[in-house]
Amino acid sequence: MAAIETDGLSKDYRIGFWRPRPYRALHPLTLSVESGEVFGFLGPNGAGKTTTLKLLMQLVYPTAGSATILGRPLGDREMKRRIGFLPENPYFYDYLTAEELLSYFGGLFGYKGADRAKRVSRLLDDVGVGGERRMQLRKFSKGMIQRVGLAQALINDPELVFLDEPMSGLDPIGRRDVRALILRLREEGRTVFFSSHILSDAETLCSRIAIVVKGHLTASGSLAELVTSTVKGWEIVLDGLPQTPAGPALLKVTPLAPGRFAVEAVPSVDPAQLARELAGATGRLVSINPIHDTLEDLFVQQVDNAASTDRFDGGTEPNREKSA
Amino acid sequence: MSLGVSAGTVGRIAANVFKESVRDKVLYSVVLFAILLISASYILGELSAGQEIKIVKDLGLAAISLFGHFIAIFIGIGLVSKEMERRSIYALLAKPMSRTELVLGKFVGLLATLTVNVLVMSAALFIVLAISDAVTDPFFKKAWEAPAVDPALLTATGLILVQLGVVTAIAIFFSTFTSPVLAAAFTVGLVIVGHFGADLKNFEQIVDSKPLAWMARGLYYILPNLASFDVKLQVVHGQPVTAGYVAMTTGYGALYVATLLTLASLFFSRRDFK
Repeated sequence: MAAIETDGLSKDYRIGFWRPRPYRALHPLTLSVESGEVFGFLGPNGAGKTTTLKLLMQLVYPTAGSATILGRPLGDREMKRRIGFLPENPYFYDYLTAEELLSYFGGLFGYKGADRAKRVSRLLDDVGVGGERRMQLRKFSKGMIQRVGLAQALINDPELVFLDEPMSGLDPIGRRDVRALILRLREEGRTVFFSSHILSDAETLCSRIAIVVKGHLTASGSLAELVTSTVKGWEIVLDGLPQTPAGPALLKVTPLAPGRFAVEAVPSVDPAQLARELAGATGRLVSINPIHDTLEDLFVQQVDNAASTDRFDGGTEPNREKSA
Repeated sequence: MSLGVSAGTVGRIAANVFKESVRDKVLYSVVLFAILLISASYILGELSAGQEIKIVKDLGLAAISLFGHFIAIFIGIGLVSKEMERRSIYALLAKPMSRTELVLGKFVGLLATLTVNVLVMSAALFIVLAISDAVTDPFFKKAWEAPAVDPALLTATGLILVQLGVVTAIAIFFSTFTSPVLAAAFTVGLVIVGHFGADLKNFEQIVDSKPLAWMARGLYYILPNLASFDVKLQVVHGQPVTAGYVAMTTGYGALYVATLLTLASLFFSRRDFK
């Protein structure tokens, strides 16, 4: 069963005070996220990622289209019992302590007494703020608030977790911890839908991704489908060369330091043989790496396409899942 | 949109509002200031022999009402709008609850806060009155229209509380669909008009225009008649306030609150949180 299904979900806002005009924040979006997958919803700032999440959480209402979460309509109370949500740059009641906040939210799920206290304590330890559990949230740093946000999103052991920019405001250690948390959720069979513009995280974590640009879904599928794994060329770094290397197999030569060069060679050559030839008697091989397409290449290509065409400026073409 | 209401959820939201108020230093300052004012009324009363107890009661009840209004309006407006401004509502509404429960929880929470504050201020008033009673020459007491520590004062403070409930509902109602500044302006405006409701009823006696008189009569029925909750004068002068009047007025207040909260919930349930 699909964990999330949207069918032509779209959102128009009215902008301007005196003469309000519609602005389409999300073009009709048709998307399906399967149970148990980690789905990355990627896009540059202002692409419509948060709007989509707000629509799914019924913080805003769709202009057209519909969606279901865990097979139930949006806003359904029973469905909400089974999901967790971390908003982008979350803010929580700063007069509460981390423990009180989680206890309050746990209470809204009907947890009581010792069970609730145990849950709260375990989650705060899991996200690394156990030591500050009795500190008021107003004294928390942005990264610590983000960790508390993650804990509150998991208070009900959700089957499906929505995370809006979960790495935002975190230091490298925090990002590593969140990555580990998402991987753990995946291992536990939970579905994770997270929005991000940090592509390396998506590459590490996601089973499938979708890229949204200017409110349009431009690509979706597994990383293997979207990003070709064939070798596009070879990057060879050599040191101790008496002169700049040259040859028909070389696509690009970049000097790195006196006598040290990075060369990009065509994919058809034997890289070890080429390196030997280029190094000659005095040179030394530093590294050989295959050049693949990356998610970043795909992302940049999708954003550039959107910028170079005007098809995203007011069109009503439906957003359906498609491969790049 | 779900209109299902769970008493447990409303209670939990209300408890959180109460907790916020308890930790709000501004609220303590307001209540402390009110208590100081009530205490100061004793000094004013000393200036007028025979009238002192009336002045203490009058000023005391006025202070309870005034500071109660201040809390109801300014905290009431912030209850919902702060959630939206600071975006704490995003994580909250993803929990198994409806927007109606949020509105009701906020109302109940502030009403609980107001109840505690009115009780504290009333206790301060009773203490000042008891002191006045103890130190006043029995000869002067004969001039009093009602005893100093008069249980009827509780009728007045009870109706002030109902009145504050209506004011809170007005503040929440406006804050569900407009900005905090406008909500404050509308609430203060409506509360002021509400205190002069009787003038609208008698408008036809001072204007010749029938449509204008009908409009004034219509407004009289639509706008909250906050003056009806004010029985200070009767209580201070020892005149009876019947149980029937108290029940009728409380019923009117409850109906007005229910109407406002229903409308607030409808507006709030349709609102986009951009």
